[in-house]
Amino acid sequence: MGAQVRVYKRRIRSVSSTKKITKAMEMIAASRIVKAQRQVAASTPYADELTRAVAAVATGSNTQHPLTTESDNPTRAAVLLVTSDRGLAGGYSSNAIKAAERLTDRLRAEGKEVDTYVVGRKGVAYYNFRNRKIARSWTGFTDRPEYSDAKAVAGPLIEAVLADTADGGVDELHIVFTEFVSMITQNPVDKRLLPLSLDEVRDSGEAEAVERKEQRILPLYDFEPSAEDVLDALLPRYVESRIYNALLQSSASEHAARRRAMKSATDNAEELIKSLTRLANQARQADITQEISEIVGGASALADASAGSD
Amino acid sequence: MAELHVELVAADRKVWSGKAGLVVARTSSGDIGVMPGHQPLLGVLQSGPVTIRTTGESGDGTVVAAVHGGFISFADNKLSLLAEIAELSEEIDVQRAERALERAKADADAAAERRAEVRLRAVAGAR
Repeated sequence: MGAQVRVYKRRIRSVSSTKKITKAMEMIAASRIVKAQRQVAASTPYADELTRAVAAVATGSNTQHPLTTESDNPTRAAVLLVTSDRGLAGGYSSNAIKAAERLTDRLRAEGKEVDTYVVGRKGVAYYNFRNRKIARSWTGFTDRPEYSDAKAVAGPLIEAVLADTADGGVDELHIVFTEFVSMITQNPVDKRLLPLSLDEVRDSGEAEAVERKEQRILPLYDFEPSAEDVLDALLPRYVESRIYNALLQSSASEHAARRRAMKSATDNAEELIKSLTRLANQARQADITQEISEIVGGASALADASAGSD
Repeated sequence: MAELHVELVAADRKVWSGKAGLVVARTSSGDIGVMPGHQPLLGVLQSGPVTIRTTGESGDGTVVAAVHGGFISFADNKLSLLAEIAELSEEIDVQRAERALERAKADADAAAERRAEVRLRAVAGAR
């Protein structure tokens, strides 16, 4: 076998083993999307009911709460960025980071200092590489976030919002995550979680919950023990549930992005194998042709030589 | 008999839903019983067992669940119990809860102790 053919064969082998890996990752990601979507669906009733309750308290009472009142002169904002722990998901993490950067620039232009909170190893690596400060980061659960993870993330954020601006507290809380629209479309979005305004409750609530709300006026609720206490307990849960929802959607988006990236990697590998096979065949044919011409040449030279000696 | 629709939802799943004639839950200012036609209500729950007396299509009986914090809201004859963690009494592993209780007592972990106690009370209440 000619040296050229051997080189091609070796490359084909390496490409096809890469293809096996990408194919496997594609299938794993595909199965996880379904699981993540199911989790999103399972968390919806809780989020819906909570949204309804928040809307009820907010409309049913004139209570002022640090989490709902807008600061007259907001000077600090917290941005929570949700990225992935692992790469190989196409532009998933970098798109989310870009959206966060845009938001940060916008907030800075409005004259606010920005504290960045990051979920996921990729985002942490991005900020560390650029020597930029991260207020707090969490890693290790972006594949399969659980409610306790959302709680862990929400805790310090709520604390920061409740703290005085002078003590490092923030006036606003924004979240940047990747919204799962469909298997093909995932959009990085930024949303303001706090201070909460009723319109946003409507926006962030599921579509049907909004319809229900608009069809009828909310009843006058009895609060147990009091509207303030209910709001006190309700708002942190609301933030947690929104963060949980963002983590779940992000994880579904991550798997979808990974599936797509791996699908195109597999397709490219297939293409590469095809063209390499063609080249290998060509090289083999060239070898054979050369061998034949050598034999024919050699034979005729021999024949000439023996004819000459006679 | 009048009945109300109950939804018991935890943060990551729907735990139970059905018709009931009476729901008893513990709010931060004491136990509260909700029957059909109650005034619209929104309350903060304490961890404790929630008792649901089922009627109608859910069959006559009692469903007891251990609920760890959360909210109760009632409007339009629809009662929702929201909790971060909620378990039906038949889902609770008694031995595990007892072990957890001992461990929590040994470690002086008040929150874990309370969780385990609530679970055991819910199981006892279902019997």
